[in-house]
Amino acid sequence: MKLFLKVWKQEGPEDEGHFESHVLDGVSEDSSFLEMLDQLNEQLLEEGKEPIAFDHDCREGICGTCSLNINGYAHGPENSTTTCQLHMRKFEDGDSITVEPFRAKAFPVVKDLVVNRSAFDKIIQAGGFITVRTGSAPDGNALPVPKEDADLAMDAAQCIGCGACVASCKNASAMLFTSAKAGHLNMLPQGQAEKDSRVLNMVAAMDEAGFGNCRNYGECSAACPKDISLDYIAKLNRDYAKAKIKKVFS
Amino acid sequence: MTQSSLLKKYLMALTGIVLVGFVLVHMAGNLQVLIGQEAINAYAYALQNLPAPILWGSRLFLLVCVLVHAVTAYQLIKENRMARPRANEIEVTKRAGWASLRMGLTGSLMLAFIVFHLLHFTIRAIFPEYNDMKTTVGSPDGSEIHDVYSMILAGFQVDAISIFYVICMFLLCRHLAHGVSSMFQTLGLRSERWRGKLDLAASAYGWIIFAGFSIIPVLVIAQKYGLVNCLETCGSSCSVNL
Repeated sequence: MKLFLKVWKQEGPEDEGHFESHVLDGVSEDSSFLEMLDQLNEQLLEEGKEPIAFDHDCREGICGTCSLNINGYAHGPENSTTTCQLHMRKFEDGDSITVEPFRAKAFPVVKDLVVNRSAFDKIIQAGGFITVRTGSAPDGNALPVPKEDADLAMDAAQCIGCGACVASCKNASAMLFTSAKAGHLNMLPQGQAEKDSRVLNMVAAMDEAGFGNCRNYGECSAACPKDISLDYIAKLNRDYAKAKIKKVFS
Repeated sequence: MTQSSLLKKYLMALTGIVLVGFVLVHMAGNLQVLIGQEAINAYAYALQNLPAPILWGSRLFLLVCVLVHAVTAYQLIKENRMARPRANEIEVTKRAGWASLRMGLTGSLMLAFIVFHLLHFTIRAIFPEYNDMKTTVGSPDGSEIHDVYSMILAGFQVDAISIFYVICMFLLCRHLAHGVSSMFQTLGLRSERWRGKLDLAASAYGWIIFAGFSIIPVLVIAQKYGLVNCLETCGSSCSVNL
């Protein structure tokens, strides 16, 4: 395959940034999108140029490290797929492909296609955990969890924190991420004690980071590689209202 | 940031519910034009002569809802624009519909429409001669009252105004198509199982409101050009005749 690539180049957070065009020949359709970028970087090194910086780690679709906005789609045009699991057979020979970083004020560009997603860590630090004494593992089934709740909590816990929801949202809102992380714990008995403070603090951290507001477009869920449902956003809205009312009247 | 993003969204949804209810009641009231001069005049007279605290209390409440809805929307849109300082080179949309992407546009135009509509039919500043339209038809005690029926007929005689009203009602229809379903999501009262049904219901609600409001200017214009003859032309009791 021969590809015409337009890739974002940015020296650092303060740099304006610009697109650079590259022509890459001999790409196997069996290679993943990241392997295609590896091949491009080898070509750039051979030409004595600086390779393009991009995030990657497990390359099996489970770590949430890879990102990239490909032809306008976060993680590319395929549904339920991370960039590392996107294969070049989904493209045609001679295609033009535009590659951008995940763009949001809360995700400043570190270099080229690498963005700093530590705003997500701040949201987790604000309440995306349960406060327990650590020690030996508790006995299995010591704390009964209804099957339906366990399934729903697991669906939310699938979120790998990649940031595709923010990148695909017209308003760069982090509601899908925040709602999945809060919802996962709020549905389990272990999460009940801190349920109210969790939603209040996580939403405050989300606003503080400079993400936009949810306008119920559903673009986030459509782009999510783990198909996190908008139900968790509705649940966060519900849980936040309850927590806020309780706080006012307490 | 003074107020949490979710509180602002709740304000949008709660004021939205009030306005959604208001347009339905307003539309139902308007449809009495189809019954005739007496019905709409009597209804308008009864509304205008409600006890002052109820009349002005409701007007103030509606005005506050419109202002809160508009000001909060402005704040949200401003924050949303700041949240992505550099736009994507290629912007694609997978799921969001026409209406949901243009809430700011349809909302702003609705705000302009509300101002025009109040000046046109409520304050009657655009055509002060509407104030002189008096009749005894529909009056509870035989005294002269404002002839709302004739005012509506006169108001929609102007082609441009009728077209403007119908276009604005279409924009309202689309605003409701996203808003009515979206307010359930914002208040946490929607699930994926219900989403399709709510979207459909919201769209249907929008079209009902559109049809109910638009039928009057459309009929007035149609009658003006002799296409239909269904609106009561009340001879000497009407200040205006078609």
